[in-house]
Amino acid sequence: MAHTSVLAQDALGLEKGWTLPDRGKVGITFLIITETALFTIFVVAYLVYMGKSPNGPQPKDVLEIPIFSTICLFSSSATIVMAERALARHNLSGFKLWWLLTILLGVEFITGTGIEWYHLIYKENLTISTNLFGTTYYSLVGLHASHVIVGLFFLILVMLVTLFGFPIQTQERRVMFLSWYWHFVDAIWVVVFSVVYLIGR
Amino acid sequence: MNPYSLLAFLQVQASNLPERKIANMFRPLASPGESEKQVALLTFAITGAIFVVVGGLIVYTIARFRSRPGDDLRQEPPQVYGSNQIEVAWTIIPILIVFVLIGVTARVVAGVQNASPPKTTTHVTVIGHQWWWEVQYPDYGITTANEVHIPFSLDGAQATYFMLQSMDVAHSFWVPQLSGKTDVIPNRDNYLWMNPKAAGYYYGNCAEYCGTQHANMQIRLVAEPPEDFKKWTLNQQTKANEASEAAQDKAVFLSLSCVNCHMVGGTTAIGKFGPDLTHLMSRREIGGGVIENNRKNLRAWVNDPQGIKPGCLMPSLKLTDRELDQVVAYLETLK
Amino acid sequence: MATIDYPLDRPRAVEKEFSFSETLYKWVATVDHKRLGLMYIVSSIIFFVIAGLEATVIRTQLIFPNLHVVDPDTYNRLFTMHGTTMVFLVGMPFIAGFANYLVPLMIGARDMAFPRLNAFGFWIFLFGGLLLYFSYIGGGGLGGSGSAPDVGWFAYAPLTERAFSRGHATDYWILGILVSGIGSIASAINVIVTTISMRCPGMTLTKMPMFVWTMLVDSWLIVIALPPLTAAQIMLLLDRYLGANFFNTQKGGSAVLWQHFFWIFGHPEVYILIFLAFACLNEVVPVFSRKPIFGRQAMVGALVAIGFISLGVWAHHMFSVGMTSWSNTFFAASTVLVGVPTGIKIFNWTATMYGGKLRMTVPMLFCCAFLLQFLCAGLTGIMLGMAPFDWQLTDSYFVVAHFHYTLAGGLVFGIFAGLYYWYPKVTGRMFNEKWGKWHFWLFVIGFNLTFLPQHMAGFLGMPRRIYTYPAGRGWELWNFLSSCGVPFQLAAILFFAVNFVYSARKGEPAGDDPWDAWTLEWATTSPPPEYNFEKLPVVRSSRPLWDLKHPQDPDWKYNQ
Repeated sequence: MAHTSVLAQDALGLEKGWTLPDRGKVGITFLIITETALFTIFVVAYLVYMGKSPNGPQPKDVLEIPIFSTICLFSSSATIVMAERALARHNLSGFKLWWLLTILLGVEFITGTGIEWYHLIYKENLTISTNLFGTTYYSLVGLHASHVIVGLFFLILVMLVTLFGFPIQTQERRVMFLSWYWHFVDAIWVVVFSVVYLIGR
Repeated sequence: MNPYSLLAFLQVQASNLPERKIANMFRPLASPGESEKQVALLTFAITGAIFVVVGGLIVYTIARFRSRPGDDLRQEPPQVYGSNQIEVAWTIIPILIVFVLIGVTARVVAGVQNASPPKTTTHVTVIGHQWWWEVQYPDYGITTANEVHIPFSLDGAQATYFMLQSMDVAHSFWVPQLSGKTDVIPNRDNYLWMNPKAAGYYYGNCAEYCGTQHANMQIRLVAEPPEDFKKWTLNQQTKANEASEAAQDKAVFLSLSCVNCHMVGGTTAIGKFGPDLTHLMSRREIGGGVIENNRKNLRAWVNDPQGIKPGCLMPSLKLTDRELDQVVAYLETLK
Repeated sequence: MATIDYPLDRPRAVEKEFSFSETLYKWVATVDHKRLGLMYIVSSIIFFVIAGLEATVIRTQLIFPNLHVVDPDTYNRLFTMHGTTMVFLVGMPFIAGFANYLVPLMIGARDMAFPRLNAFGFWIFLFGGLLLYFSYIGGGGLGGSGSAPDVGWFAYAPLTERAFSRGHATDYWILGILVSGIGSIASAINVIVTTISMRCPGMTLTKMPMFVWTMLVDSWLIVIALPPLTAAQIMLLLDRYLGANFFNTQKGGSAVLWQHFFWIFGHPEVYILIFLAFACLNEVVPVFSRKPIFGRQAMVGALVAIGFISLGVWAHHMFSVGMTSWSNTFFAASTVLVGVPTGIKIFNWTATMYGGKLRMTVPMLFCCAFLLQFLCAGLTGIMLGMAPFDWQLTDSYFVVAHFHYTLAGGLVFGIFAGLYYWYPKVTGRMFNEKWGKWHFWLFVIGFNLTFLPQHMAGFLGMPRRIYTYPAGRGWELWNFLSSCGVPFQLAAILFFAVNFVYSARKGEPAGDDPWDAWTLEWATTSPPPEYNFEKLPVVRSSRPLWDLKHPQDPDWKYNQ
């Protein structure tokens, strides 16, 4: 095609210095943006309905600050950074260790949430249908927990393939994207934690 | 006061009222409607001017710059990329227009929404149901349905303040010739006011889709002189009369399941689910404005409401002909 | 016409025998942006016809007062499905279709950034659409006799709660749209990443074609505005299935909260939809005026401004809900403000045509009608933005007229301009010009005849979404005229469909560049090969082919 061969003539040498942002980075960034918009609406619902439950258990009566789980989740952001650093230095066993630690901390968080919910449902009689507090609490914390679970799924997947000999070193970029997602989930917890356990009580 | 002659008087009055069936928002007969019309006219003037200028420019451009058959297709016109001055000009001018529009809006919004009730105010509570309107007058202890009566005066000094509530889903109360609409939302009290300046039998509609029979959730608003309004309220306050001829019919009515949903003041019918029937015959239409209130229609309605307003919440009771005659005869005494 | 000489000994594809399974696989398993784009567009056209037939039944019922062509429940399902289909199964996939087909070609890339995500987006959209339409058969009324949703396309609470929407009709609405919405978000992220990360050398953002700019801003809006709808739908599902109380007014929930959440999505959504028409006009008008777009920078600025402001106008759908006078005034202000950048775009298109040499081809005809109709629509929008005026007009047929002028008179006309303009590129053949003109004129007449009278019905107090109306309210004439426009529109679409199907086989071969245009998609064959370009281009201005054809007067000389 005459058009393209003429058009491909790079008279100014533009092609040489032509770098554009990495596809994966931009993609994950916008995934995070769109998920943030989703969480914002649930946070808004929580704030709008704060203090408006006419009956049933109220936050300050039944909520206990989940200090330990929160520390675990925040720590998992640190351990995943350590894992990435280990991978960058080609320290595969270090990577596996830190990655496993990240998973365990994430699992602890989910377990902690599960225990809290068990207590709230069976001991405090707070379910999603009890009142506005129950509705907004379970939906917001639950939405976050579901995102943690999705993150854990991919973390475990990476763990398994690495343990089965897949050369994870070739996927440093993708591991980085997954860690970005994990940091995002952490950042969301900062907001949810503040709204539910600090402001809301 | 003899209720029959009172009713006869009222019905004569009602039939003398001008029919306001064409609810033209540009012929408003109350202050809110008038303010809204002023805003409308100003907006028309501005948008009309814009349409003439811009539309004219578009049409002119198309007509003037069309390529003619003899044109040399290889000759391209001057490649003009733009002009900063023009861009600034046609940004600034619209922004100025925007300021004017915002100023007008702010003034009228505040004027209508934040108007405080004058001394002579009637208070009405309207409760939306699927698909009829419950109308209460808390100051008079009256409950009726679908047909709202309010006083008017030529100078608009008689104001009525509505509190709007809903029993089920979202509705909207709209009588265009008197005022813009306000939604009727469950778990929320909304307010609306109007001060009719002309008597009439005004037509309105529910204006928020609320289910199957949204189309037939109609409003009839009677604006009448204060004296007639007073007489109407007096009539509405009386209990159902105890005419002896109707005793047997009444017994039949009270024995049927009608009483589970409907209220007839002074009897054992205390149902709250459907319209209050105590003064059913004082209303010109039934079924939420669907049909005229006469013997034939009343009979058809009681016999088979689903045939007239399919999907409405009143079931067909499958009465025998005899029961039907008796029930209708009783209802006709509820003036 | 183009002055480039083509080599005559181009290699030709060897004719293979048609194999059904191979063809099926080719389409079902494809990740090629062009095939997926085509599938999006064909699906949109089919849903457009279906929704149009739903509207035909609606207008038949309303031609005279007190008709009972269909019963109230069926009517209510029809208008719900008509609106839902047009917005989510016609408007959104048209955007995805046009963007996915054209963006890689226009920026000199070989495909989208994430081809598999592209395929995922298409199939999940189609699944959502089929799920919604399955409701006609599967949605349970009390007898399980099949029922499509009947809650209106914006599904206000608490009408959608279990208590008032029994059976599964509403669930089909929620799930069908939820699922399609995920596809829209996926497609939007793909467009953004492609635009940012895959432009050919020399194509800085300022040199990107206007179509691509428009789709970029559009995708930004999708990424931000669609999640509120997803969130609200999840909340509604929780209410309906787990007894949550988000919109349960009996337990303190707020019906108005649904309205806020929905319109925080819903208003940007209509801008998302119209941006496709803007995108098509941005390409078609300059080419058939033989001039570059007037004020490129201002046009891009206007796009971004519209995008931003449109996120702050949502409560103009709620003026009658009983908000404070401060809120009402604020939203009235933001609403009339968004008219400024929108008006700027109309001025700039007109200025592009001014001083040009207008070729009144079929795409250009649609653009001209768009300009006048969208002007009308924008002005009625200003009327609706004036809150006190809106207290009369909202929820009446005036609003129905307004949004059909924007969406049908604006968006659909813009889409037709784009479909006719790029038809030769996609199929390699020219459509029949005469039939195209029949389509245009019939559609202009039919569209205006249907929707202009509806403004009057609104002034006279006719509410929307009513399955019939009584005589004597002054609505008869306007409804009659409105329904008379329907046969014209049906005939127009028939001309369109026959033209497109027939010309794909029997039309004149189009060549690479039948319109003598200036963007990169015209620099390759019609239809393009799977790899798009033999060699990836390097550009120096926003109109690379203009530079090629006019080496003595290229755009880059003027820093364009």
